[in-house]
Amino acid sequence: MSDFLTSEQLPGLIQAAYIIAGILFIGALAGLSKHETAKRGNLFGMAGMGLALVATLVLAARNSQFGDQRPLGVTMALILVAMAVGGSIGAWRARTVEMTGMPELVAMLHSFVGLAAVLVGYNSWLELRDLGGSDAVHDVEVFVGVFIGAVTFTGSIVAWAKLSGRMTSSPLMLPGRHLLNLAILVGSTALAVWFVVDDGELGLVPLLLMTALALLLGFHLVAAIGGGDMPVVVSMLNSYSGWAAAAAGFMLSNDLLIITGSLVGSSGAILSYIMCKAMNRSFVSVIAGGFGSDGAISGEERDYGDHREITAADTADLLASARSVVITPGYGMAVAQAQYPVAEMTKKLREKGVDVRFGIHPVAGRLPGHMNVLLAEARVPYDIVLEMDEINGDFHETDVVLVIGANDTVNPAALEEPGSPIAGMPVLEVWHAKDVVVFKRSMATGYAGVQNPLFFKDNSRMLFGDAKERVDDIVRALG
Amino acid sequence: MRIGIPRESREGETLVAATPTTAGQLQALGYEVVVERGAGIAAAQPDDAFEAAGIRVGDAEEVWTSDVVVKVNAPTPDEIWRLRAGATVISLMAPARSPKLVEQLQAQRVTGLAMDAVPRISRAQAMDVLSSMANVAGYRAVVEAAHAFGRQFTGQVTAAGKVPPARVFVVGAGVAGLAAIGAAGSMGAIVRAFDVRPEVAEQVESMGAEFVTVDMEQEVSSDGYAKEMTADQEAATAAMYDEEARNADIVITTALIPGRPAPRLITAETVAAMRTGSVIVDMAAANGGNVELTRTDEKVVTDNLVTILGYTDLAGRLAAQTSQLYGTNVVNLLKLMTPGKDGELVLDLEDVVVRGITVARDGESMWPPPPVQVSAAPAAAVAAPAEAQKAVEKRPPDPRRKWYGAGLAAVLFALVAAYSPPDFLGHFTVFVLAVFVGYYVISNVAHALHTPLMSETNAISGIILVGGILQVGSDNTVVTVLALIAVLVASINIFGGFLVTLRMLEMFRKD
Repeated sequence: MSDFLTSEQLPGLIQAAYIIAGILFIGALAGLSKHETAKRGNLFGMAGMGLALVATLVLAARNSQFGDQRPLGVTMALILVAMAVGGSIGAWRARTVEMTGMPELVAMLHSFVGLAAVLVGYNSWLELRDLGGSDAVHDVEVFVGVFIGAVTFTGSIVAWAKLSGRMTSSPLMLPGRHLLNLAILVGSTALAVWFVVDDGELGLVPLLLMTALALLLGFHLVAAIGGGDMPVVVSMLNSYSGWAAAAAGFMLSNDLLIITGSLVGSSGAILSYIMCKAMNRSFVSVIAGGFGSDGAISGEERDYGDHREITAADTADLLASARSVVITPGYGMAVAQAQYPVAEMTKKLREKGVDVRFGIHPVAGRLPGHMNVLLAEARVPYDIVLEMDEINGDFHETDVVLVIGANDTVNPAALEEPGSPIAGMPVLEVWHAKDVVVFKRSMATGYAGVQNPLFFKDNSRMLFGDAKERVDDIVRALG
Repeated sequence: MRIGIPRESREGETLVAATPTTAGQLQALGYEVVVERGAGIAAAQPDDAFEAAGIRVGDAEEVWTSDVVVKVNAPTPDEIWRLRAGATVISLMAPARSPKLVEQLQAQRVTGLAMDAVPRISRAQAMDVLSSMANVAGYRAVVEAAHAFGRQFTGQVTAAGKVPPARVFVVGAGVAGLAAIGAAGSMGAIVRAFDVRPEVAEQVESMGAEFVTVDMEQEVSSDGYAKEMTADQEAATAAMYDEEARNADIVITTALIPGRPAPRLITAETVAAMRTGSVIVDMAAANGGNVELTRTDEKVVTDNLVTILGYTDLAGRLAAQTSQLYGTNVVNLLKLMTPGKDGELVLDLEDVVVRGITVARDGESMWPPPPVQVSAAPAAAVAAPAEAQKAVEKRPPDPRRKWYGAGLAAVLFALVAAYSPPDFLGHFTVFVLAVFVGYYVISNVAHALHTPLMSETNAISGIILVGGILQVGSDNTVVTVLALIAVLVASINIFGGFLVTLRMLEMFRKD
């Protein structure tokens, strides 16, 4: 056994395993870009992770054969116990999480990567210090790794708190918040210089100070972003967690970590970019925060006329006599947990020969793709769930559109009122349909604080009340 | 205030300005409503139905001395004499064609509100009585045509032979035209329709009819009504009308130009060339007719047995329905004019709807009102300024800036490369390549899979576990403890991430 662990060939084998794991991870991400290959992609990911873990355990065992480390058995036992505990917590969360709670779970998981990156960074520095100090390059790597990890950690916790309602979702607006962020960055850079120059025991001080600053920055960055921008924030934090892993790879000279970290980092960045494009806003303006607060003030008071109401029974008649129906859900559907009745209504209508489809705005919900997951949970076939670009041209030929818990994503003001805070944001052009029924709790404005002229259009009808109850009423009326 | 609903005096009129339902709604606005005895008989709204709804039925004197008199047809000179000075009368008035009526209202100091002068803006649609009546009339036109037509509308193959579907040609796709298209289509006929406004093609097609086009320049309407055509256009369309009419079993014409006689569209020659048994319903008969041979309010049968119906009371032939709709339009108007819901009529001339219908007030003529632009063709006009503004805002940045940036980055990179250890550069190469791989792998991801993708990448970024595992073996206890915590949280990530992705992907299914 120990012959095997100390053999000359082992490092090469481990490296080979890492390369294969890296390829499997690339295959995993590639697979997840299409429905047909998504499950295979996930299997690739699991296989890659399994391979990487086995190889790493072997490597850890090999390391224990050299130098004056703890006995192999103890180390392995500790690792396996920690993994077993963590693994069962993770598996338990994964099994029990409500699909509407996905955003919180994902945000929470990001924070773990951040925390792990911080700890690994500290360890890496402590180990090298014990061996007699580290060089400048390594110092910078540690510093950057810990910084990104700490920002990810608190940022994700704030995102989680906002998404789960433990913190108010409105943006925190400190005076001079951009200056504050800048000051933290400048301060951290200064601390980095101190950290690199100082080779003695005191090196820990700038590292700890910087960690505190970075934790503060992560908190403040995300606290300043409103709840509606959470899809962007979550994917941005996803990207950060990747960069944190990549930085850890640099400090440990581990290529697998670098590959995986940068894959995740760049894919998260792309997702954030796609989100931002969907809201027609620059990435910088989103991460600098504050959107959604000005909305209530800007946009002059206008007389949009009156809205008209409709009953659930009349909506059912309208639906039953329609040829084509498009449903555009939003965050409100998730809040009301209305996806199951919506799916049942869809089934009934399709049995009657009505062509029912779903139109999903890229930023509907609180997580990219949130609506798709909810509908899939309720067993709505994914081939009738279309993206905004796919369905926007079809509204002209649509008889009835049901807007369930969406507001800003179907707001014609985005196209028609240049002064509107959401001007230029691509929206689902539902108002081209013959009839539009809007499910809403009240006439209150949406997340962006902008009045929605859709509600006052001639072909719009309001169906007030809890989305779930109203859809249930419709299902009952459809018989 | 008291609202009086008189019995219509016009010969053969079947309509009434309120039904028990709408009269009740008026009372809910705070008014006292009196209906003349027998006013609703012809519309199947008997007096006891009104009384059952809590509406008082009174004599003509009481009705005509009310503060507000609501009727269907324009008041006759005798009727205006019976009104009190300062009273308000609400009815159809055709104020543009009835200068005498306006003068008399003025002289009597009666406020006249013309229901048929409601501006065609979105907000006023709920009171647009012309639309409601045209809707009913369009439906009835098809019923009349079916009655006069000796065949079925729907096509069938029966044991007794094949029945071809009727071919219906509708001219003018306004409210009446669209209603006729819908009615004829639902009876099984093949419907074709034409309108000089090309923008209504979509509405025609949405009703299930085919839109007939003519190759010529067409204007987009700016006031919601059709315009009269130029001579060139007329020549081109005349041929089309001729051809379409010859091919049709039923022709329904609805072409009207406000304030002008109806355009003559179907000539006597065309009618002579139509198949025997064909039916033409001329809904423009009241304004002279679209068909040369039309006689107002009469049924004409030509030598080749083509029936031409010139009825002008199509809406009145569905009296109960039309009265209900008219009454609801009146209720909606009075809702607007009774802001306090206290039975007090408020004439707010700042409101374009109220201003539009007011023809006389306090001895002054208020006709014609200032023009109102409507949103007949909204999208293009509104979107244009927005785009222009965007173009101004987004001037392309100076292209040189990009080059400077690239140059700076290259220099920085060269410096870093020159002064960093080769070991680092090796890792850096891997890093840069992986970033680009990530970029290209993700660029085409389906939007629906964003959430699973995110939890997957999340699980994968749990690879930081590797770092933790390698550090657990350290002989520094602090390091070991920290490393164990790292291993623990990273494991949550890995297992949680992969399993939740799996769970989500299981849910996505295709039919």
